[in-house]
Amino acid sequence: MISQALFTRFSLGARVLIISLCVVAILVPAANLLLPPEHFAHVPSHLLPLWGKYLCYAMLALALDLVWGYCGILSLGHGAFFALGGYACGMYLMRQIGPRGVYADPVLPDFMVFLNWQELPWFWQGFDQFWFAMLMVVAVPGLLAFVFGWFAFRSRVTGVYLSIITQALTYALLLAFFRNDMGFGGNNGLTDFKDILGFSLQADTTRASLFAASALLLALVFVVCQFIVSSKLGKLMQAVNHAESRVRFTGYRVEHIKLFAFVVSAMIAGIAGALYVPQVGIINPGEFAPANSIEVVIWTAVGGRGTLLGPIIGALLVNGGKSYFTAAFPEVWLFALGALFVAVTLFLPHGLMGLFKQICTRFNKRSATAAKVTPLMKPEAAE
Amino acid sequence: MSKFLENTPLLYLDGVSVAFDGFKAINNLSLVVEHGEMRAIIGPNGAGKTTMMDIITGKTRPDHGTVLFEGQDLTLHDEAQIANMGIGRKFQKPTVFENHSIYDNLLLALKGSRNVFQALFSTQSTEQKQRIDEILAVIRLENRRDTLAADLSHGQKQWLEIGMLLAQDPKLLLVDEPVAGMTDAETVETAKLLREISKTRSVVVVEHDMSFIRDLDVKVTCLAEGAVLSEGSLNHVSSDPKVIESYLGR
Repeated sequence: MISQALFTRFSLGARVLIISLCVVAILVPAANLLLPPEHFAHVPSHLLPLWGKYLCYAMLALALDLVWGYCGILSLGHGAFFALGGYACGMYLMRQIGPRGVYADPVLPDFMVFLNWQELPWFWQGFDQFWFAMLMVVAVPGLLAFVFGWFAFRSRVTGVYLSIITQALTYALLLAFFRNDMGFGGNNGLTDFKDILGFSLQADTTRASLFAASALLLALVFVVCQFIVSSKLGKLMQAVNHAESRVRFTGYRVEHIKLFAFVVSAMIAGIAGALYVPQVGIINPGEFAPANSIEVVIWTAVGGRGTLLGPIIGALLVNGGKSYFTAAFPEVWLFALGALFVAVTLFLPHGLMGLFKQICTRFNKRSATAAKVTPLMKPEAAE
Repeated sequence: MSKFLENTPLLYLDGVSVAFDGFKAINNLSLVVEHGEMRAIIGPNGAGKTTMMDIITGKTRPDHGTVLFEGQDLTLHDEAQIANMGIGRKFQKPTVFENHSIYDNLLLALKGSRNVFQALFSTQSTEQKQRIDEILAVIRLENRRDTLAADLSHGQKQWLEIGMLLAQDPKLLLVDEPVAGMTDAETVETAKLLREISKTRSVVVVEHDMSFIRDLDVKVTCLAEGAVLSEGSLNHVSSDPKVIESYLGR
């Protein structure tokens, strides 16, 4: 009954996405592990973490879309929640190294030994437990988003002012995490990870599993987001986006609606960060850089904000493009990215999803009028 | 308590003043609206009509004065609380959720829980659907329930907004210029609609259109420079030399 109710909420595109993510989660690891390297469909091992990284970025874009596309809150600091989730996971991975570090201290990570610290700081306690670290992956970004959003939304900070504060938030965290005294490895961040849950991070099976986990969790987060945006609360979020005062005068607490969206979004960003770190093998303060957060906005805008499919497609396409361009023409990539954002803003305000919809309606209209008015003429192909 | 409530006017404003950067938008304004009363408010531009509505609905805090709704001090509450106490407001510019269907607009406005988590898991009951159907009939939009609000004409948006207020089931409706930009036929229909609504609740209408005010046939208050200039029947007010001087004469 519930599953049926859930199923009716999904459009055709959403079902295709969910099914393809599940298929990819099985086929790509299988193509890597089961096929011999000389087989044409073999997926080389170095591509697994790269593609897994794209899926994490897609999840981050989905998180941003929930607040920006649906609730109208343009966060230019979503990278902060992503990085915090990443750090929480990185702390677990650091604790897993144990005595295998350069300084062979059974408890302290290398950078702490290097800094002459005698014991583990209180905030590193518990991170040797996987469940605790995974709890922190959602709790820390969620709590930060809650406190930040509580003050910002209650004071009715909106529009560019809110965007600027979110940018300041991620920049402040960048500076804080650069400091060695913070206890998160300073400039170098956390790296040299050995294993996760007892499995070596270098092993193909672990990489394949992490990739599969990324794909499946992206599908799951997508389902959760779909549930939220199609609920009455989701309709209220969109109402806040277009007529905030009407929502308020109808008796709803706009700040609660925004806070809900912001906290859920930050938690999703945290999960994305936690999946990202074991696949790329490092987390450092650079992840807090404001430019990273702005890039997420570009992916979302390119794919089409206000649709859940759009940001996923945007993140995969732009990052795929980035990998190609930075290898083929490294010096033009940033110009290409800038030009892409300008072009999308000017010509495709609803992104690729908007373009797709436009083409569909135009094609439908054209074939309808062609059938009605000039039955002798063949309908032209859609542009 | 009920005795007390019966004797208390629904809305009671006394000695209310508010200034913006030294400009007194409302200056010692007093106004009483009874249960079940419909009141029309007229006055020149800048008379403080919209500011008065802002004060009643909690958007603006008055500098001085008493603002009571059923004996409760409105200056202690914010917009959402005041809306839930039973005051609905229609803006001058029709403000509806343009990206939602007419049905969804009414669904979101419908009286009920305003809790975020309940909204996440809420389902529609048959009673709610019936109530929305009733309102759709009242605002004459039954056939367009699945139309996006953005696709409505200006007049239809005004009606939808009135319908959303009805869905809130308020005790007092504040309606700011409901017939601005409407055709003559739509204006007549709107007067009919408001008279119908005022049978079960109090309504305060701000309007410039004198023929519309005449159609309403209710007590009129004329504001000027943030204070009440004249009050009474339309004939009484429109023959008042002060009103002619500051408003009608021009």
